[in-house]
Amino acid sequence: MTSPHVRTGRSLAAVLALALGLAALPASAQQGGAAGQKPVKLGIILFLTGAAAEPFGIPSKNAADLFIQAMNAGTLPKPYDKPGFGSAKIEVRYVDEAGPTQNVVTEFRNLVQRDGVEVAFGVISSGNCYAVAPIAEELKTLTVFHDCGTPRLFEERDFKWVFRPSPTGTMDSVAAARYLLRKNPKLASYAGINQNYAFGQDSWNDFVLAMKALAPNATAAKDLFPKLFAGEYGAEISTLLTTNAPVFHTSFWDGDFESFVTQANARGLPRRMTMLAALGEAQMFRLGNRLPDGSILGARGPHGLFARDTELNRWFQTNYTKKFGTPPTYPAYHAAQGLLGLKAAYDKAAAAKKGARPNTEEVAAAFTNLEFDGPSSKIRMALGKGHQAISETAYGVYKFNAATGKGEIVDVVRYPAECVNPPANMKAEEWLKAGMPGAKCD
Amino acid sequence: MLETLAILTDGLTYAAYLFIVSVGLSLIFGVMKVLNIAHGAFYAFGAYGAATAVGMYFDKGWPAAGGFLLMAMVAMVVGAIVGAVLERGLLRFMYRKDEVILALVTYASFLVLEDVIVFIWGPGTMSAYQPLEVAGNFMVGGLLLSGYDAGLVGVAFVLAVATYLGLRRTRAGRLLTTVIFDREIAAAFGINVTLVFAVTFAIGGALGALAGAVMAPKIAVTLGIGVEVIVLAFAVVAIGGMGSMEGAVVGALIVGLARAFAVHVVPQVELFVIYAVMALVLAFRPRGLFARALPRKI
Repeated sequence: MTSPHVRTGRSLAAVLALALGLAALPASAQQGGAAGQKPVKLGIILFLTGAAAEPFGIPSKNAADLFIQAMNAGTLPKPYDKPGFGSAKIEVRYVDEAGPTQNVVTEFRNLVQRDGVEVAFGVISSGNCYAVAPIAEELKTLTVFHDCGTPRLFEERDFKWVFRPSPTGTMDSVAAARYLLRKNPKLASYAGINQNYAFGQDSWNDFVLAMKALAPNATAAKDLFPKLFAGEYGAEISTLLTTNAPVFHTSFWDGDFESFVTQANARGLPRRMTMLAALGEAQMFRLGNRLPDGSILGARGPHGLFARDTELNRWFQTNYTKKFGTPPTYPAYHAAQGLLGLKAAYDKAAAAKKGARPNTEEVAAAFTNLEFDGPSSKIRMALGKGHQAISETAYGVYKFNAATGKGEIVDVVRYPAECVNPPANMKAEEWLKAGMPGAKCD
Repeated sequence: MLETLAILTDGLTYAAYLFIVSVGLSLIFGVMKVLNIAHGAFYAFGAYGAATAVGMYFDKGWPAAGGFLLMAMVAMVVGAIVGAVLERGLLRFMYRKDEVILALVTYASFLVLEDVIVFIWGPGTMSAYQPLEVAGNFMVGGLLLSGYDAGLVGVAFVLAVATYLGLRRTRAGRLLTTVIFDREIAAAFGINVTLVFAVTFAIGGALGALAGAVMAPKIAVTLGIGVEVIVLAFAVVAIGGMGSMEGAVVGALIVGLARAFAVHVVPQVELFVIYAVMALVLAFRPRGLFARALPRKI
């Protein structure tokens, strides 16, 4: 047994050694230089349980795990090959987004005030983004929303600390309308079935406004809004079967999308109407040959099979598929491009300080109006006074390849960012109602 | 004409779904006076159990008919076991508590059972679509209908008749009816009320799981599917009268047809119509359409 005196002596020696060690460190390291930097504490809020976990939360988490591990190891392809955020390692704490919005706000406060998180990342639900954003401003916490789609977030107020490096749902709806009319220039009517909550309503409203601007004579024959997670869609399918419209728009996702497609197949709906599924890419690998051939699919950006063939995308596709046994879908891409944006902002701010660690205010300044390469395309923080991203997007037609047993996307059309996103000086709805002035689609 | 036909067929299909979902809830409330929020978990267990069984069965390429039977049997066994464990392991210690406390206990059980599902099956989505494909479709008056939906209506009809005859024509049913009317008198007559409660809860669990099983081929079996079911089942049972089997049939038909009408004619009120019907019925019949008169105890 060691005597108390010996223990005290050892403790003193340890403290002295530590003090001497610290004194011996170069000044830059004490200020936050590469070797002695504290890690950046990153709090990530995602749906880890509940219905939104599998389609959105888990792919986002998988991508976050993959990228943060590679960032810490410095093994990402160029231009992201320097380790960490501004050379500081990244330390992650995950929080479940499931539950009421108030819970998410509380968890956000806990992350910042209790756990000392410097940067918050994630948040999938638009309602949760709305609720968290003002708290982020209040707490002066750099917060990066990677997935929520409502355009109103940055239209209704300005933020200093909040960023969204993925485009809004308006882009998805405008591109959907453009693609549909390219395939059916003489379309006389169309229908819609969307979930009865903010995202479903916004998606349909934007789609209808875009259709009115591009094809004023085409009418919305039916607009259906079953409740979220309804499960049973017999009446909605009958309603679609009894309309004259040859096509319907949907922003259904995950379980609702799968249930609807399964029931629609059993009722022969795909033989009667073409489905335009704005988020369909996220389910195409899972549904396989149950997803009707000829369906028009989007991916909330040029993600997955729509992504450009870059070194970064190849790295992402290969490593994600190898690690998780399935290719990355768009939520994974959103998480990846959000983290890459954050890294680009950290690296830029650190470079401006000659390698010293930037504070989050400096990172936020570097993030504003930033342009960076995502895994699938170039991202520009062009809206919301430099806090909201735009990018190009793409739509295509689904075709199941029986020989390979996998789904494919054919007839892909890309739309430049300026073609499908409003300009910086207009709100999305105003832009759509005005007939999308200034859209550059060439 | 086509729209009227669609409203009728859709209303009937939805009513069948609602009845199958609510019959177990109504039985448990009728016998035990327990507002069983864990019913949603029984539904989910049934759906997950059926999805597992269907996946394994159809992968073997065996005759489809066996798959339908296996799907129902597996779910009912799973539901009965979960129900029995819940009743024996927890609820029986709570019977002397207030009904609100009992409802809260079943709510807590529901949350725990949701986590048990994650523990057993993980957070992923499961599919059991094969029976829906095998059942095919058929044309009626220009409207293509699903063979599986027709089967669902048949299952609901058989279940309604079986429940009706079972309660009125069998000894066990009569004993159960006695407990429904007055558990103290039933106990005084020598009926083993404790056993009746345990068996009823297990049967209620099996019926809830059966509902999940028959819906599994139509839906994506995913976390949270039980939540929606509880709300709908409560609406049906409240309209028909808590604990009344006839009430569950009529409540399901009213809600099913009202919703189908709304979806076809005024889709904007689809979400509202179920609860509007419930509010209207309860405004005039606060205990539901088929609630029996309560004798006043002196």
